[in-house]
Amino acid sequence: MAQFTLPKNSKVKQGKTFSVPAGAKNKKVFRVYRWEPDNGENPRLDIYEVDLEKCGPMVLDALNHIKNDIDTTLTFRRSCREGICGSCAMNIGGTNTLACTKAISDFKGDISIYPLPHMPVVKDLVPDLTHFYAQYASIKPWMQTQTPPPPDRERLQSKEDRAKIDGLYECILCACCSTGCPSYWWNSDRYLGPAILLQAYRWIIDSRDENTGERLDELEDPFRLYRCHTIMNCTNTCPKGLNPAKAIAEIKKLLVSRTM
Amino acid sequence: MKLRAPLSKVRGLGSAKEGVHHWWAQRLTAIALVPLSLWFIVSLATMTGLDHQAVTQWMQSPIIAVLLILFIIALFYHVQLGVQVVIEDYVSCKVIRITSLVLLNFVVLFAGLASAIAVLKVFLGL
Repeated sequence: MAQFTLPKNSKVKQGKTFSVPAGAKNKKVFRVYRWEPDNGENPRLDIYEVDLEKCGPMVLDALNHIKNDIDTTLTFRRSCREGICGSCAMNIGGTNTLACTKAISDFKGDISIYPLPHMPVVKDLVPDLTHFYAQYASIKPWMQTQTPPPPDRERLQSKEDRAKIDGLYECILCACCSTGCPSYWWNSDRYLGPAILLQAYRWIIDSRDENTGERLDELEDPFRLYRCHTIMNCTNTCPKGLNPAKAIAEIKKLLVSRTM
Repeated sequence: MKLRAPLSKVRGLGSAKEGVHHWWAQRLTAIALVPLSLWFIVSLATMTGLDHQAVTQWMQSPIIAVLLILFIIALFYHVQLGVQVVIEDYVSCKVIRITSLVLLNFVVLFAGLASAIAVLKVFLGL
């Protein structure tokens, strides 16, 4: 059966508290998940009191401030700090989102920060996305054609056909949606998850791609595609405002329509 | 197991090339069950207090018998499809999963057939 409780060595314990120096006017408490692979200890929740006068407006600014000025051992991924690389995806205040585009002022009380749910943790807030990336590779996310490219120009696409990949090409593969999906939690070994299925649909609907049938063949599987039960956590949590649930529904519609 | 490449694990045994029929049938039976179950519930409610003879007489109308059997087919087919999804979702042990899927099919087929035969028995006045 699916496991609903954490194994003993994954139970989160109370960690250290880093108090803010006296006199700070604008104090915010961050409760951050910490785990080290090397010392054999359980994960813990460290409490960081942050003086908001000393850091920028976003959650990532607070994490950078913690790492730079409070506790250098805190580990997390970040790169572009403007919501285009997807590196800083984590669970903030109970919702998967990007630390760089989530404002601290969106939260009333303390802010809890965990790594993306139900993924193996490498360290602290860094999840292991190896399997997720392999799933992405498995849908062959590049253009496949039978027609040779025109000798003198690129492959053309009408404006209407180009508009069909709006709302799909913006996906940055941050994995917020897939790791927020209960079906992906229970069956990610075989279920591709919302992010990868949205990417698959991006190539299925691309007018220049000529392997649409083969792509649909690869997805037609009780686990790869049909583990989606329209829970819609994916659409709810997407930090880019995309709709993976709709993309999956469109794939299901195409699979039915090719049989009749 | 750890020596396998991540992509080889994902590609696994390949696509089953199956699932469209299951998905479509689940939606069709759901749509059919909306009017059928409403009709069934309303019919039962309006028949409260009637004696055995009145109800068997009602079931001996061909239209009623057809609707009842359609309701039974749609209901048990829908149950089979739905519970199958629940088992596939939550039972990860392969042996238990396959065993419970087979059992589910047997139980649903038996219960559905028994219900349909019961309607036929009354309809034919046996």
